[in-house]
Amino acid sequence: MAISLTELWVILGCGAITVLSRALPFVFVKQMTMPSWLINFLTFVPITIMTALCCQSLFVANPGHLATLNVANCLAAIPATLAGVLTKSLLMVVVIGIMAMAVLRYFSIGG
Amino acid sequence: MNPSLTFKSGVRDVLPTVFGYIGVGLAFGIVAHTSHLSLLVVAGMSFIVYAGSAQFIITSMLLLHDPLSGIFISTFLVNSRMILMSTSLAQYFRHESLFKNLLIGSLVTDETFALAMNKQNKTKGKLSFAWQSGANLVAYLVWGFATVIGAMLGGLIADPTRFGFDFALTAMFIGLVYLQLISDRHLGISLQLYVMAFVALVYYLAIGVMSQNFALLAATVAGCLFGMGMKKWR
Repeated sequence: MAISLTELWVILGCGAITVLSRALPFVFVKQMTMPSWLINFLTFVPITIMTALCCQSLFVANPGHLATLNVANCLAAIPATLAGVLTKSLLMVVVIGIMAMAVLRYFSIGG
Repeated sequence: MNPSLTFKSGVRDVLPTVFGYIGVGLAFGIVAHTSHLSLLVVAGMSFIVYAGSAQFIITSMLLLHDPLSGIFISTFLVNSRMILMSTSLAQYFRHESLFKNLLIGSLVTDETFALAMNKQNKTKGKLSFAWQSGANLVAYLVWGFATVIGAMLGGLIADPTRFGFDFALTAMFIGLVYLQLISDRHLGISLQLYVMAFVALVYYLAIGVMSQNFALLAATVAGCLFGMGMKKWR
């Protein structure tokens, strides 16, 4: 159980940075009336951010060159998506996704 | 997911996402252990910084003895998407007190944000402090304890990816984005599909020339502007 001075500063500093990024927008939104273009912009944030987060695991970055596909993740995404279409249950998507990935790894498919 | 907005239903609604937290949390603990971070530091990072992917980056930068300023800037950049998410989510809590807003804001994550957006599709655009706190608290505690347990197990689990648990987080986002797509009646499916395709294209092109975190932000902002344009002109 040891903590160095640097580690302490990193935890406190980064903690302050993350809590401010998260909480300050709540203060601003509560105090101000938002212009309609901003509200319109924000209605697209959920779908765009979730799509981008998915892309982060489906593409592999090759700096300076075009990205390639993360083959294993893309393959496992197929049964996971199907599970979503069939059951509309988040739990089923996650369970089927994990099982699909375990099978892919067992047969060493997709790297 | 039903329309109930109690604390208890918040706890129940967040449970499917917990798999993602446990898998990645254990992985973080194991990585932190192999990077020679003590249990105290792991707990401090998870319970005070509470920043998912940024914690991995902080750990590797600590290992490389990067300067504090560099670590702070990276943390801000990785988490700058939180500003967009919080601004979006805060609109549902304007009627609550400032103190309650700060409490919700302090514990928002990618996952609880996405969950809340799914939820409000079921409740005619309403969210409650009790529901959001239930979801936030479970996510926070599960993440913290999963990382600490991962650090304690450390050397024991050689390769947690063998059982596919690393895919839990990706699967969770796939599920959340699909549920968002089919249930956001305000935007409609076809407009959202165009926006999703555009985001994927921008992200794909952007990661060749910038870091993944910048690409994520660029694709998100570009996607929102594209969506606004399509809604207006088509």
